[in-house]
Amino acid sequence: MSRLPAAGGAHLVVLRNVWVHKGGTPWTMALFSVYEPILYLLALGVGVGALVGRVPGVDVPYAAFVAPALLATAMMNSALEETTQTVYGKLAFDRYYHSLLVTPVTTRGMVAGELLWAVLRALITGVGFLAVIVVFGLARSPLVILAVPAGLLTAFAFGAAGLAAAAYARGWHSFQYVQLVMLPMFLFATTFYPVTVYTDWVRMLVEALPLYHAIELSRGLALGEVGPGLLLNAAYLVVFGGVMLAVAQSRWATLMAR
Amino acid sequence: MALIEASGLEKGYPGTDVRAVAGIGFQVERGEAFGFLGPNGAGKSSTMRMLACVSQPSGGSLRILGQDPVTHGRELRARLGVVPQDDALDLQLTVRENLIVYGLYFGLSLKHMRARSAELLEFAQLADKAGERVEHLSGGMRRRLTIARSLVNDPEILLLDEPTTGLDPQARHILWDRLFRLKNSGVTLILTTHYMDEAEQLCDRLVIMDKGLIADEGTPRELIDRHVTREVLELRFPPGEQQQAADKLGGDVEVLPDRLLCYADDGDAVQARVTELGLQPLTALVRRATLEDVFLRLTGRSLTD
Amino acid sequence: MSRALAYWLFRYRRTWQGTIVVSVANPLLFLLAIGAGLGSLVRGDVEGVPYLEFFAPGMLAAAAFQNAFIDAGFGVATARGRERVYQTAVATPLSPGAVMGGHLLFIGLRVFVGALAFVLVMAAFGLFSSAGTALAVLPAATLTGVAPATVVAAWAVTVTDFPRLNTVFRFVVMPMYLFSGTFFSVEQLPAALQSLMYALPLWHGADLCRSLALGTATPGMTLLHVAYLGALAVAGVLVGRATFRKVLYV
Ligand SMILES: Nc1ncnc2c1ncn2[C@@H]1O[C@H](COP(=O)(O)OP(=O)(O)OP(=O)(O)O)[C@@H](O)[C@H]1O
Ligand SMILES: [Mg+2]
Repeated sequence: MSRLPAAGGAHLVVLRNVWVHKGGTPWTMALFSVYEPILYLLALGVGVGALVGRVPGVDVPYAAFVAPALLATAMMNSALEETTQTVYGKLAFDRYYHSLLVTPVTTRGMVAGELLWAVLRALITGVGFLAVIVVFGLARSPLVILAVPAGLLTAFAFGAAGLAAAAYARGWHSFQYVQLVMLPMFLFATTFYPVTVYTDWVRMLVEALPLYHAIELSRGLALGEVGPGLLLNAAYLVVFGGVMLAVAQSRWATLMAR
Repeated sequence: MALIEASGLEKGYPGTDVRAVAGIGFQVERGEAFGFLGPNGAGKSSTMRMLACVSQPSGGSLRILGQDPVTHGRELRARLGVVPQDDALDLQLTVRENLIVYGLYFGLSLKHMRARSAELLEFAQLADKAGERVEHLSGGMRRRLTIARSLVNDPEILLLDEPTTGLDPQARHILWDRLFRLKNSGVTLILTTHYMDEAEQLCDRLVIMDKGLIADEGTPRELIDRHVTREVLELRFPPGEQQQAADKLGGDVEVLPDRLLCYADDGDAVQARVTELGLQPLTALVRRATLEDVFLRLTGRSLTD
Repeated sequence: MSRALAYWLFRYRRTWQGTIVVSVANPLLFLLAIGAGLGSLVRGDVEGVPYLEFFAPGMLAAAAFQNAFIDAGFGVATARGRERVYQTAVATPLSPGAVMGGHLLFIGLRVFVGALAFVLVMAAFGLFSSAGTALAVLPAATLTGVAPATVVAAWAVTVTDFPRLNTVFRFVVMPMYLFSGTFFSVEQLPAALQSLMYALPLWHGADLCRSLALGTATPGMTLLHVAYLGALAVAGVLVGRATFRKVLYV
C-alpha cells in the first residue's frame, strides 16, 4: 500500500514546511521578505542616491544601480534564514530530522528538501522585489526578469552553505560567526558602489566573494549589460553551491549516523 | 524463520572506546512481545536504533524481516514503527498534522492519512486535542501521540524505547492497555524498559542487559524460577546492623545498602526464624519475587544504582 | 540598585571581550563601506562637509539607538521571560524599582562602551578636529541611546512574546535608523515625513551628535535636543517604575 517516496522524500520535507507556513500566503511572505530591502532601497538608493546622481562608469541612476544588488542579497537572505537558524532549531532542539530518520526519508532527501524549500522561499522574495523594482521605475532592461532565476542560483549557493553551517553549529552563538561573515560581505561585495572604487588588491579580495558574483550576475541582467562574464559569475555560483552542498551532505550524513 | 535474528551484534561510537553493545544474540518471533530490560547505559537504546535501521552495527550480524538493515534500511523502515526514547514530535504542527505529515513521509496519500489519522487519534484518546499544537500537550499525551504516529504505516514490528518512562501510574496503565491491544492484533512488539512490572506485564520473553551484554534470556516466569525463589522477605534494620543480622540469619541473603533480601520458597517461615533468633527488624515484608530480584541476582546491582 | 547592577556586571564578565570586538568592528565596517566607499560616489559636499564626515556622527547616533533598543527590548524581555532573572531578584530584598534601575545602569554602561568604541574609530579616521570635540560627542551619543532605552525597557517588561519585539524593531526602529538624518539629511524627505522625524528621538540624537562633531552646534538647538532626550529618559523611568512593579509583584 505504501510506496517508498521518490528522491529520498525531499519533496515531503518541502511539503511539511509549506504546511507549517500555511497560515501565510506567498504574498504576505514576500511582503515580509522585501520590506527590509525596500527600506534600504529608499534610504540608500533614493536618499543617498540623490547625493550621488548617476553612477560613474556605469552611467545609470544610483537607485537603479543598487536595486539589483538588493534583489540578490534579499534572495540570499531568504535562503539563509531558512537554512541556518530555522534548520538548526529543528536539528538540535526539536530533533525533527531524527524523527525523520526512522521513516523512509533519507538524509540526502532531508538536505535536498530543505535546500529546495530555501530556493522556493527565495523565489517568493525575488518575485516580490522584482515587482518593487518595476513599480519604482528602476527596470532598465526587460532582461531584469532574468535576475530572479539568477537569484535562485544565489539562493541555491547560499542555502547549501547555510545547511552546512547549521550542521556544524555548536549552539545558537555559532551563528554570530555567520553574521560576522555576512555583514562585511553585504557591505563590501559591491552592493552600494562599483568594484572600481577599490584599489587593485582589495578588488581581488572582493572578487573572490560569492556574493560579488551573485550581484554581478543580477546587476548585469537588470541593467541589460549581458556579456560572457555573466557565465563566469554563474559558473562560480554553481561550483560554490555544489561544493557547499557536498560538504553539507557529508556533514549531515555523519551527524545523522550517530 | 524469526522476524529478527541477531548474533554477536556490536555497537561502538566513534571517539569513545565504550562498547555500548558488546556482542549480543537474540531472536524475535512474529507476534511476540520482546523486551530489553536494563539500567541506564546498558545499551538498550543503542540496540533499538540498530533494529530501527538508523544506526549501523559495528560488528556481528543482524537480519530483520529476512533482510540486511544496512543495505535495505529504507525498505525495512517502511515496515517498522518506531517510538524513540525522546518523542521528537514536530512542535510546529498540531496533533493531527503530526500524524498526517508523518504518514506522507512513508509515501502514504493525503486522502488515506486523513482517514487514518482520525482512527489513530481515537486509538490514542487524543481526538479532542486534534487541533492543538504539540507544545501544549502533557508528557503522557505526547507519548501516546508518538505511539500513534509510529502506527501510521501499519508496521509489522513496533519498536518502543522506554514507552512509559516519566508517566504517572494512570497514564502508564492506559499505555499498557493500548500496547496489549496492538499485540493482540498481531503486531510484534519490541520494547525497552527499566520497570520490572512493565516487563512482567507486557513481555512474552525478555533479555536482561547490562553493560552492553545479555545477562540472561527467557520468559518472565522462567527468569524468576531460574534465578530467585518464589518469595522474598525484605527486612530493614537500623544502619550498621544489617551485615550482622545477615550473618546471623544465614541462608540465601542479599545485603543491600538499605535493606536485606532473604530468598525463600516460604517467606513466612523465614520471618518466623527471624523472630526466633531474636532479631528485631524495623520493618519486615514478605512478597513475591519479581524481575527486579532477578536483575539484582544477575548483575549484583539494583536497577536504581 | 547597585546590587542589581552588580548582577549584570557579573554576567558581563564572561562575554565582554566578544561585545567589544563587535562594538569596534561594526562602526569600522559601516564607516568604510558606506562612509568612505559609497561616499566616494557622492558629488560634492553634504551640508558643507564631505559625506564621510556627515555620515559618521549620524551613524554613531543610529548605532547607539539601535543597540539600546536591542539591550532594553530583548534584554529586558528575556530577563523577565525565559531567564526569570527579575522574579528571582524581587524574591530578595530588592525592589522592582531597584531591579529596573540596575538593569538600566547596565544598559547605559553598554551604550557608553559602544559609543566610546565608535568615537575611537572615528578618531582613527581623523574625523575630530580636537579631543574636546570627541569628548563632547561621547555623552551626546550615550544620551541618544539611554533616553529611548528607558522607555523601551518600561514597555518590554510587559512583553511576553518575542515576535512582537521583532515587529517593533522592523517597523519602528529600522525606519528611524535609516531615515532620521543618519544616512542622508532629513531635509531631503517630503515635508510631512520631515516633521515626523523632527518629533522622533533619533533625529534629535543624530543632530546633537553631528552638530557637536562638526562644530556647528548652537546653544539653543543643543539645549532643545538635550531637553527632549532628557525628558524622554525621565518619562521612561517613571513609567518603568510602574510597569516593573505591576509585572513583578503579580
Ligand atoms: N551517540 C552516542 N555517542 C557516544 N556514545 C553514546 C551515544 N549513544 C549512547 N552512547 C553510550 O553508549 C552507552 C549505552 O547507551 P544507551 O543509550 O544505548 O543506553 P540505554 O540502555 O538506552 O540507557 P538509558 O536507560 O539511560 O536510556 C552509554 O555508555 C552511552 O554513553
Ligand atoms: Mg535509552
